Amino acid sequence: MESLSNRKKVIEQKPLTLMERLYLPAIVKGMAITFMHMFKKKPTVFYPEQQREFSENWRGMHSLKRDEEGRERCTACGLCALSCPAEAITMIAGERQKGEENLYREEKYAAVYEINMLRCIFCGLCEEACPKEAIYLDGPIVPSDYLRKDFIYGKEKLVEEPFKK
Amino acid sequence: MSDLIKVTIDGITVDVAPGTSILNAARQIGGEIVPPAMCYYSKLEGSGGKCRTCLVKVSKGSEKDPRPMPKLVASCRTGVMDGMEVQNITSPEVVEARKGVVEMLLINHPLDCPVCDQAGECHLQDLGYEHGLSSTRYEFERRTFDRIDIGDKIQLHMTRCILCYRCVFTADQITNQRVHGVLGRGDAAEISTYIEKAIDNDFSGNVIDVCPVGALTDKTFRFKNRVWFTKPVDAHRDCPTCSGKVTLWYKGEDVIRVTARKDQFGEVEEFICNTCRFDQKKTSDWVIEGPRAISNQSVISSNHYDTLKPLPVIKTNLQLQQSNKDQFERATKL
Repeated sequence: MESLSNRKKVIEQKPLTLMERLYLPAIVKGMAITFMHMFKKKPTVFYPEQQREFSENWRGMHSLKRDEEGRERCTACGLCALSCPAEAITMIAGERQKGEENLYREEKYAAVYEINMLRCIFCGLCEEACPKEAIYLDGPIVPSDYLRKDFIYGKEKLVEEPFKK
Repeated sequence: MSDLIKVTIDGITVDVAPGTSILNAARQIGGEIVPPAMCYYSKLEGSGGKCRTCLVKVSKGSEKDPRPMPKLVASCRTGVMDGMEVQNITSPEVVEARKGVVEMLLINHPLDCPVCDQAGECHLQDLGYEHGLSSTRYEFERRTFDRIDIGDKIQLHMTRCILCYRCVFTADQITNQRVHGVLGRGDAAEISTYIEKAIDNDFSGNVIDVCPVGALTDKTFRFKNRVWFTKPVDAHRDCPTCSGKVTLWYKGEDVIRVTARKDQFGEVEEFICNTCRFDQKKTSDWVIEGPRAISNQSVISSNHYDTLKPLPVIKTNLQLQQSNKDQFERATKL
């Protein structure tokens, strides 16, 4: 039957020539190509020793930010947890006591803040929802691990290191 | 003599009893044309006329005197006249004025919604979302106050207060003796107790429910959870002092807050006593009636499953309705 698009190519099979029948020249040619690649630049990145440069809008591991005075910005408003489509975020709020003003920015803070990295889909909605600019997905790739419980990241892994003066 | 008088609000005519305010006439119609109210509270005598959010335009005074009212009027304090024509959302003037009112209400408000326990059921939040600007023009320092404990169960954040006087009227009318009121005048006015004296009345907790903002909050619920992560459930108990009809706010298995039931205008249906509100926080204390119906627009119902909207073909076919009965029941919002 005739093809409608007419883009069909009919392959004709020609009998092999003598050079092709010898095989050796073709093998030499193939080996030459393989050998040539040994001197080319390797596209492979040896992760984790070597890390690829991320693009600007890359979304990696979350970090809870501190303000310019080194206080935690998060106030446990719960908007990140509300916006999270994967239900990965949970938190318990605490009230700031007298004398903790240098630790937490507002009178309420997240006493417990947990992100389940197995649930997280790195969509960045928590970052978008945050009214306090406290959470950003600016970290590296979340490392692999053996146990499920180790993927629930608490504040000790998420909160930024305090600035050194 | 006719019993009912005719009033037209945004083109919708309704017959109301003489003496009804424009706001209440609009509430009888319902829907979008109801002016928002921050200070008026139908259960509190004498409330209203302070916040000016319910401003409307009266384009025709009455049948006898059809002249329009010269200025926008507060609908909660203006009675209807026969043949009155009122414009609310159809008048650009009203929308503009309301925007200004919201800006004035927010001048001294700290906008600490991420911290505030009222966020999610705050009338000022709703009002600001609907009518407010996204930025402020105010450049001066906002007034600040220290937190005050009114008794051991109620917390007063004077910084958030918009001076609606609702709590003062509650204390006046619901409780027998008033120890809390407004001190100072104008910019310096503040809700306070005399020498921070605790209110020890049985119904003092109701000031939390009537407060349209987060100025008066429940200390037992303070920072426990966000409103939108809790599940409201209607329940009742035999209470010797009040009706005992409440809404329980569940987080998992625990009752973390008890409030009175609020109607569509955010007003409590019946005031409840402090024992019900603060002390009865076990499921075994209550008889559960069922999930509280929450408006789809509310943040409280966000992330919960939506009510199943049946296809038109199911709506008309009884047989299909029957066979999908389980599905509809399962889709009921909790």
